[in-house]
Amino acid sequence: MSESGTQTHMATGMGLSSLPHTGLSDQAGLERVNARPSFWRGFGGTVVEIYQYRELLGQLVRKELKVKYKDSVLGFLWTFIRPLLQLFVYSVVIGVFLGSSKAIPAFGIYIYVGLLSWTLFTDILGGCTGSIVNNAGLVKKVYFPRELFPLSVVGASLINFVLQCSVLLVAYGFAQSAPAWSQLGLLPLALLVLVLFATALGLLLAASNVFLRDVQYLVEVTLLLWFWMTPIVYDWTKVHEVLVTRHHLGWLYELYLSNPMANVVLAFQRALWSQGKGTPFYYTDGLATRLGVLVVVCSAGLWLAQRLFARNQGNFAQEL
Amino acid sequence: MSTDVIRVHDVSKRFNIHKDKSLKERVVNFRRSQQHAEDFWALRDISFDLTAGSTLGLIGRNGSGKSTLLKVIGGILTPNTGYVERRGRLAALLELGAGFHGDLSGRENVFLNASILGLTRKQTEQYFDEIVDFSGIEEFIDTQVKFYSSGMYVRLAFAVAVHVDPEILLIDEVLAVGDEPFQRKCLERIRQFQREGRTIVLVTHGMDQVRQLCDRVIMLERGVMLLDGKPVDALRAFRERYSAEGELLASETGDARQVEITRVAVTDPDGIHKERFEALEDLGVEVDVIAHQPVDDWAVRLTLHNHEDVLVYEASTKDLIDAPHGRLDGTSRLRLVFPRVPLAEGQYFITASVHPEVGPDHHRLERAAFFKVVTAQRQEGLVHMPPRVQVLTP
Repeated sequence: MSESGTQTHMATGMGLSSLPHTGLSDQAGLERVNARPSFWRGFGGTVVEIYQYRELLGQLVRKELKVKYKDSVLGFLWTFIRPLLQLFVYSVVIGVFLGSSKAIPAFGIYIYVGLLSWTLFTDILGGCTGSIVNNAGLVKKVYFPRELFPLSVVGASLINFVLQCSVLLVAYGFAQSAPAWSQLGLLPLALLVLVLFATALGLLLAASNVFLRDVQYLVEVTLLLWFWMTPIVYDWTKVHEVLVTRHHLGWLYELYLSNPMANVVLAFQRALWSQGKGTPFYYTDGLATRLGVLVVVCSAGLWLAQRLFARNQGNFAQEL
Repeated sequence: MSTDVIRVHDVSKRFNIHKDKSLKERVVNFRRSQQHAEDFWALRDISFDLTAGSTLGLIGRNGSGKSTLLKVIGGILTPNTGYVERRGRLAALLELGAGFHGDLSGRENVFLNASILGLTRKQTEQYFDEIVDFSGIEEFIDTQVKFYSSGMYVRLAFAVAVHVDPEILLIDEVLAVGDEPFQRKCLERIRQFQREGRTIVLVTHGMDQVRQLCDRVIMLERGVMLLDGKPVDALRAFRERYSAEGELLASETGDARQVEITRVAVTDPDGIHKERFEALEDLGVEVDVIAHQPVDDWAVRLTLHNHEDVLVYEASTKDLIDAPHGRLDGTSRLRLVFPRVPLAEGQYFITASVHPEVGPDHHRLERAAFFKVVTAQRQEGLVHMPPRVQVLTP
């Protein structure tokens, strides 16, 4: 077991290993456990570590998916039932009763496209928030990068997202329609923004929920508010009309549009709701640029969130 | 010279006991929790190096910091000061089946748990049959784990755990579960790990395990390292520190109005008080009885238990001497001398009772006296019987 080659280095090891900011001592193999890497440089190490644990991440994602609908008769069908019910309710209430479907063409697809991205967002945030607390048994007993818990939620949510996209394909079939091919490039960009943004927030929420259990309820309430602050079941022109045209609150409108989810939803609509082309509801202002900026901002946010997460993860086991 | 695989440098860990987890509780209890932000040190300045291939036992009473130290080594807790260095792949058996999910089948859990413990999927597939075989629950492998009996659960969990291929293995009292054959299986597996030269750190309350498995023992009390040494010394220190303490509370039963035991003492053969004996020394026990009313029908029974409360010896004077004991009136002293006592090293407690030929005890003093035996030669078990050893070459 013992490697004879390393023995000669042993004598010098003690002094050097106490140097600050070194995760590794100079000896081959003798590694410092839970060394606190510097705030600025720890990110890369964690990414490498997560990559090493990718198989476990895969297992955890599988677990998330399997456990979610285990023992339910309809099983995975539930993945579709919730967005379909939402689609139905909003189409009837907002589309028919409030009359939006007369103004907005293919109102069902319009709503579903928004709901699709929003469901991914809420799945990630809601799941991440409880991910550490719900896995307390594991967190207290086994070591692996704690980021895997929120990340497994992200993975499982993405798979759900892909499944829910199939509903859209069916809808295209019925409506004899297709995505807006020329705009489809926006989709990966928007998805990237969504995942980066939600993961960053998710990491922060997962960590803070360990210390303050109110966070999970706060998330529920905030998501409800956030849903209505995003142009999913209504269209952005109404907001523009009220804020800018009537009340001249241009800055408030800009604030409304700086919501990353608003940009994501608008991009989704532009890429997947081709019937909107030519109507005023089809948002066209420099969306690609906005998303580009958001990718940069959200990446920075993810980095910061991971660093804060790493700062606190040493205390998870004792707080749970 | 062998290689160090674990180095613990001045590790201290402080726990903050505040149970308020919600905002409301924090606000309501704000002043109180500020005042009572109780801290305690679960570990204090612990330092040691562990060489490859050794088996370290961590002993101490509940709350002494053993498990905390194990978690710090495993990287689950971060120490407040100090740090730990480690070499090689580590697996921590802190709780069997920690990663099991009740809703998943045994098969799915094997894969999940194996990857938690660091096996790749390929390796798990390779070991899968072996794992199932070791656990002995083939028929139930596709049943959801929540329907398992606790025994099956533990078997499967342990089967996964022992197929992980670590260089360092941390074990926290997992050996205390399961039935006798299963425990034997576990111990056998750990011995195999030792033969393969792996390093093991073991937290246990079972002194037998320490004796059987460890080659080094660290004893903790309230987070402080009391002792770091050979198992024999550590076990001796542990016994001396904890067994005598509070356990020599003589408790009485029976009706003392007729006959009463007033004193039990351990002596040398000449009746001089003595507490510490060496191997095969003569041991004397004196029992003072007082009869408040004259009694004809009486005998004294002596019972000897060791520190683990195992019955070592019991006999009554009724059977030891055939003749009637004669009338008991007033105070009498009874002396029993046991020549060349073949007791193994340890602490022993004497219970004495005075009883009639038939029927319940007149009076009984539980754990009324105690003595210890210290042997120079290491022999395990209950008795000390140094043999003549001959090497017979053909």
